[in-house]
Amino acid sequence: MGFIFYLISAFAVGGALAAVLLKNLVHAALAVTIAFLGMALMFLCLDAQFAGFAQILVYVGAVAILVVFAILLTKGSEVPIEGVFSKSWFAGLAIAAGVFALLAWAVLRSAGSLPDAAAAPEVTVKDIGNALMSRYVLPLEIVAVLLTAALLGAVIIAMHEKEGAKQG
Amino acid sequence: MQEAIAFTPQIDASSIARWLWLIPALPIVAAGVIAILKQPRRKLASSLAIGSLGISLLISVAAFAHVLSGWSHGHAVRETVNFSWLTVGTQAVELGWILDPLSALMLVMVTFVGLLIFIYSTGYMEQDENYTRFFCFLALFAGAMLGVVISNSILLLFMCWELVGLTSYLLIGFWYQRPSAAAAARKAFLTTRVGDIFFLLGIVWLFAQTGTLLFYDHGAGSMEPLALGGLLVHQSHWGLTAAGAIGLLIFAGAAGKSGQLPLHVWLPDAMEGPTPVSALIHAATMVAAGVYLIARVYPLMSAGAITHGEAPGTTTALMVVTWVGASTAVFAALIAVAQNDIKRILAYSTVSQLGYMMAGLGVGGVAVGMFHLITHAFFKALLFMGAGSVIHGAHEEQDVRRMGGLRKYMPVTFVTYAVGMLALCGVPIFFSGFWSKDSILESAHGWPLSRMPYYMLVFGAVLTAFYMTRQVSYVFLGEYRGHGHAHESPRAMTMPLAILAFFAVMLGAIGTPAWPWFRAFLGNHAAEVNPHAFAEPAWLMLLLTSCVIVVVGLGLGWWLYGNKSPRAEEPDALEKAMPPVWTVLANRLYIDELYGATVIAFYYWWAKVADWIDREVWGDLVATITAIFKGWARLNRFLDATMVDGAFDKGCEEIYNGGGVLARIQNGRGQIYLRLLAVAVVILAAVLIWSGRR
Amino acid sequence: MTPLSAYLVVAALIFAIGLAGALTRRNAILVLIGIELMLNAANLNLIAFWRYGPHPELLSGMMFAIFSIAVAAAEAAVGLGLVISIYRHAKTTDLEQTNRMKG
Repeated sequence: MGFIFYLISAFAVGGALAAVLLKNLVHAALAVTIAFLGMALMFLCLDAQFAGFAQILVYVGAVAILVVFAILLTKGSEVPIEGVFSKSWFAGLAIAAGVFALLAWAVLRSAGSLPDAAAAPEVTVKDIGNALMSRYVLPLEIVAVLLTAALLGAVIIAMHEKEGAKQG
Repeated sequence: MQEAIAFTPQIDASSIARWLWLIPALPIVAAGVIAILKQPRRKLASSLAIGSLGISLLISVAAFAHVLSGWSHGHAVRETVNFSWLTVGTQAVELGWILDPLSALMLVMVTFVGLLIFIYSTGYMEQDENYTRFFCFLALFAGAMLGVVISNSILLLFMCWELVGLTSYLLIGFWYQRPSAAAAARKAFLTTRVGDIFFLLGIVWLFAQTGTLLFYDHGAGSMEPLALGGLLVHQSHWGLTAAGAIGLLIFAGAAGKSGQLPLHVWLPDAMEGPTPVSALIHAATMVAAGVYLIARVYPLMSAGAITHGEAPGTTTALMVVTWVGASTAVFAALIAVAQNDIKRILAYSTVSQLGYMMAGLGVGGVAVGMFHLITHAFFKALLFMGAGSVIHGAHEEQDVRRMGGLRKYMPVTFVTYAVGMLALCGVPIFFSGFWSKDSILESAHGWPLSRMPYYMLVFGAVLTAFYMTRQVSYVFLGEYRGHGHAHESPRAMTMPLAILAFFAVMLGAIGTPAWPWFRAFLGNHAAEVNPHAFAEPAWLMLLLTSCVIVVVGLGLGWWLYGNKSPRAEEPDALEKAMPPVWTVLANRLYIDELYGATVIAFYYWWAKVADWIDREVWGDLVATITAIFKGWARLNRFLDATMVDGAFDKGCEEIYNGGGVLARIQNGRGQIYLRLLAVAVVILAAVLIWSGRR
Repeated sequence: MTPLSAYLVVAALIFAIGLAGALTRRNAILVLIGIELMLNAANLNLIAFWRYGPHPELLSGMMFAIFSIAVAAAEAAVGLGLVISIYRHAKTTDLEQTNRMKG
């Protein structure tokens, strides 16, 4: 089913490209949402249903919305006059191209020794829940702490300061 | 026969000979002590000098007595004490002294006359503030002269010879604040130096040929037949033998010291020194050193002579001595006629008489020349001291035209001076000068080679009588033309005059043909008394000749000058008679001017050339080298400042700028940091992958 | 099935795109978007390797990806909070103008 794969990858890559190239920030935020969706579909293709749905829940449902909120709060909806790319955009592009070249070359060189697909794994949500509570209980708890800290931190950082406080 | 450095006496030297070295040593030590005394201690200084010379006199008399007793017993006395001074490899420098009739005679004469002059000086130099210095130099001179006399080594003789020259310089220039005195001292030293160069050459040649410095050394000395034989065999240039050539070189040294013809110019100028100096050095002793030297090396001078009958033979060296002596005698006498300074007349007279002595040595041998030396010492010292007395009495006046009639004021001086003058003129029979001069004339008459020296010496004798009469007339006779009141001199000055006058008369007795004691003494053979010698026709002829000489000379002088007292401004009587002759003679035959135009002018030109070379050539060389070094230093500085410093500074600047460049990475822009991170990761990953592939 | 290398290349591409965006865009929020894209690409890599690797029943790859998503969410929240805070001070989100850390 190569055709499905190419379609979904075009979706994701196109969304990513759009997100990076569009001048309007809101459009860029919407484009990245599409990229996220494409990524979720990819996960589904790879039989990682739980990851895919988690992706949609978190990324599309939370991160993208958060980005839109930030754009709105920083008045990013107007197109800036000087231009959206930095003066030395070519250097950045070149570096990114270099990274891609390296990675692609590494992958394609070792394409012969990569394993083939096995049978689809029988993974149920029950298995995942069991794993979370037994084998991965520690990371789970730590992530919980992390999320709490992030929540608190974000609130403190983004809070309005009182009048008369020192400039940061 | 060389001894070790510690001095061991000869086996046959008597005790007196071994102590002979004290004679010169005592005055030299006295001079050293006086040199460290302070100026006010005058009495001590003169006492030391006189005392030391007095003791030397006593020892000299004892030595003379020893030699005399030896002679009278028929054996010749010649005792030497030799020692090695320093040894260089196998060669040794030998020094030593000798006691024989010649040295004994000279010792007595020098110490006796010296002592009298020392005593005279205490009176003459009483007013002078440098009294102590004077006696120091006098003592040093006496010691050096005595050293010359007793020396058995030609090197020791030369050393003392030079010391005599030095003390002469010091004493002539005693009143050195006077430029004329300083110039005269320098002239004396330099002129004698010219002679000394030849003397030194002679010494070196003699030593090289004979291998010994000693005169007498038990057959091995340079004056002994073995060495002389060797010298005769050796032929030198112009047909001379080595003996002749060395003899001529040594005579050149003697000619300088004794003021013979070309080198006489210093003697008259030396009258700038105090009168006792003139008396001691330039009448009696130092000038006699030259004559003594010829007498001492007479065996060398007369080696290879061919004898003609009774008269001693002649060699080339002795011929030269004779001619030079005779020429000097006439020449100086001519000049003395036209001089007006009392001391200058006596100075030229000394030069003339030295010529006589040299001629006497040349024609007649040691005894003839030495006899005249001894008698001349006495009466010339007497004349100089008399002149000093006159100068003192006439209040430091030295021009004879401003004196006169001093006969009345200074009787003692007059009488003693007259005695000396008559002795010098050779007035027959009574005065010693006659006997000594006569023996010279006798030998000259009998000289086989030519009669010319005889005629020259006779002419000189006439002139001597003439100018002495002139001088005495000017000084003592007629009216007093000077200033102030003339007075007689103190006892300290007149006593020595009287003593010397006595000897001027009595010394003649030892040299008469009737009893030729002097000749016998020096020749080491017996002297028989022979009154009949007076009756020999040859001798009577000579007596007649001398009488004629004296009468002619004295008569001419009396006729021209007599009792007249011309004023100082009037021309001289002789000048009125023969003006051109007078001018030439008064200007001393223009010899000084000749030297000035030739030798001295050449010397000044040469000094200019040397100076030019020094300043231009060497100076430029030094300047070039300096410039090179300075250029080098500048180059170094340039390299150091521009290159080293510049490079260093530039390096630091670049590092600073580099720091500035690198600091631009810290631009505070996060995206740039991110880019750098990404680049670093890419590179790192590439390296890892690549190294993993191996 | 599509080979593993295809998924990896796609992931690399998305990663490069995200990196390019993070390096060249002036707005701070777009840099964050780029970062999110990079994280996503990494997640894709993880899941692909989990699926094609041995023992997928151990769920290690999937767990890794899930935790990564959680952390990414937290990070996005904090980051955007920072951007808002900076915007309040500098009155701009332009990264070219925020160079007060310049040394």
